[in-house]
Amino acid sequence: MTIPVLEAENVVKELGKGAGKVQALKGVNLSLVKGELTLLMGPSGSGKTTLLSILGCILTPTSGIVRVAGEEVAGKGPEELAELRRKHIGFIFQSYNLFPTLSALENVRIALDVIGRKGYQASSRAEEVLREVGLGNRLRNYPSNLSGGEQQRVAVARAIAASPSVVLADEPTAALDSENGHAVMALLARIAKDQNRSVLAVTHDPRTLGYADRVVRIEDGLIVGEERRPAGLDAPEITDLTKRRKANG
Amino acid sequence: MILTLAFRNLFHDRIRLAVTLVGILFSIVLVAIQLGMYLGSSQMITAMIERSNSDLWITAFGAKSFEEGGMLLSNRERHQALATPGVKAVVPLVVAFAEWRKPEGGSTRVVLVGTDAEDGALEPWSLVSGTWQDIKSPDAISADDTYFKELGIEGIGDTAQIAMGRVKVKALTHRIRSFTQSPYVFTTLSRARSLLGTDSDKATFYLVQLEPGANVEAVRQELRNRLEGAEVLTKAEFEDRSLRQWLFRTGAGLALIGGALLGILVGTVIVAQTLYSSTKDHLNEFATLRALGSSSGYIYKVILAQAGLSAVIGYVLGILISLGILYISRNTPLPLVMTPGLAGALFGLTLFMSAVSAISAIIKVTKIDPATVFSR
Repeated sequence: MTIPVLEAENVVKELGKGAGKVQALKGVNLSLVKGELTLLMGPSGSGKTTLLSILGCILTPTSGIVRVAGEEVAGKGPEELAELRRKHIGFIFQSYNLFPTLSALENVRIALDVIGRKGYQASSRAEEVLREVGLGNRLRNYPSNLSGGEQQRVAVARAIAASPSVVLADEPTAALDSENGHAVMALLARIAKDQNRSVLAVTHDPRTLGYADRVVRIEDGLIVGEERRPAGLDAPEITDLTKRRKANG
Repeated sequence: MILTLAFRNLFHDRIRLAVTLVGILFSIVLVAIQLGMYLGSSQMITAMIERSNSDLWITAFGAKSFEEGGMLLSNRERHQALATPGVKAVVPLVVAFAEWRKPEGGSTRVVLVGTDAEDGALEPWSLVSGTWQDIKSPDAISADDTYFKELGIEGIGDTAQIAMGRVKVKALTHRIRSFTQSPYVFTTLSRARSLLGTDSDKATFYLVQLEPGANVEAVRQELRNRLEGAEVLTKAEFEDRSLRQWLFRTGAGLALIGGALLGILVGTVIVAQTLYSSTKDHLNEFATLRALGSSSGYIYKVILAQAGLSAVIGYVLGILISLGILYISRNTPLPLVMTPGLAGALFGLTLFMSAVSAISAIIKVTKIDPATVFSR
């Protein structure tokens, strides 16, 4: 049996106070295992980003259990949650969130600096991951000199630099054109496989479906469906699976 | 990377950096000038006492300062002091404000210092023209070249009148300045008494020199017992008393310290404001750092490094300007003083000021919700 690297059990999250209080998540159960690229899909306001924030130890659930690498999140303070993020989780954001004043290499290095890896070792690791995402020739470029796709690849490199067991991506292709969107998804699928880690991407971009091992659907704060790519099917097949899903309503 | 990020954040917005640096620079220059004036004033007030070759000063009871000692001591006190065990010499000194009548008309006030240099207790220093022997010649005095304009003279050979008698400038001192702005004029003890119309046994102070190995405190106590109506002070005590009189009873020192505090306050507010707005501008980056798992301490270090870098750059610029002003002030009646201690204290103050300024930015960053990284 595969041990989940990240799991949520009956997670409830209430946002707001008093009359304005809303239940963003109403009892969500989700497990992520290594080697899989999971897509979390749903309409706006369905609770995707809230769930991503909770799984990423940025928000804490109102009730329910979240475990990161087997460690329960409940009762941890902001600094302990930050430590969990440092150790186990990498993030990719819709708007890349790169530091405009740092070069591509420095943007990756800072993620290593945060976890205490400094000096030559950090530089060579940053360079290694940037080469891995195809930006070996853009190390010294600043974000303003990189295309959207390149910036997102820097963000991917930054997310995997510290070798986290989970990578959480928030709408990683939303700001990209079709070609770059596909390139980034292919990269995410590869890092999920090649590096034996779990990748969860929140998206509503149908172009991404072809790369998923698993698609989880969320609506109104509840998981309403889950589909897994049948063994042996490669990416185009799963695109067909999507079409089938559409055909079946 | 903390320093790199701090440096880039600072230099990213050059206009804001310039405002920050001007704030620090303004503060440093203002504080350096105020404290430089304070130090310069202190040195002027205590110079005569500091330069004296004495272990103890006998003053009339309640003497406020070097310039305001009165003319109340007589030979009786001198002999009593000389008879005290451990005392080697007791040298009389006459000091009093006197009217100086200028050769071309008009008058000003001077501080007349009557001393016999042969006694080895106090003599005019920084003599740039003439000697003590010249001052001993008939009607001779020494004046300071800083105050030619105030005294209405042009140099050696000029004549004037002090109180009751004609005097001739036979020697010149250089940069012996007076906090009271009444120039010091040196002459012999007997001539000073004669000019002031005082009895020949009167003195303002007695400067006591002790036998080698004598216990200062024990001799002082014995002198106190013997000299009723007089005070016996160490050099440090008399310096303190003179400083208190001129700097604090007159309010001059408080004004200088107040100015320095104002400089610190203005600098702190400007740096705090710019640091806060810089932090606000980079809030999303700090939120990203937080999401990446950085501790709060890591982010505080970035902000403090920004404050520290601003402080160092601002300090270097500020101290250069201050040194320039110091150089310009060296020939004025109130020269500014910069010591390595003051320069070091100013650097410490700049760092402290910048660290305090960083508090508002740190409070802002403490409230960062890392979840905002998903809402951009």
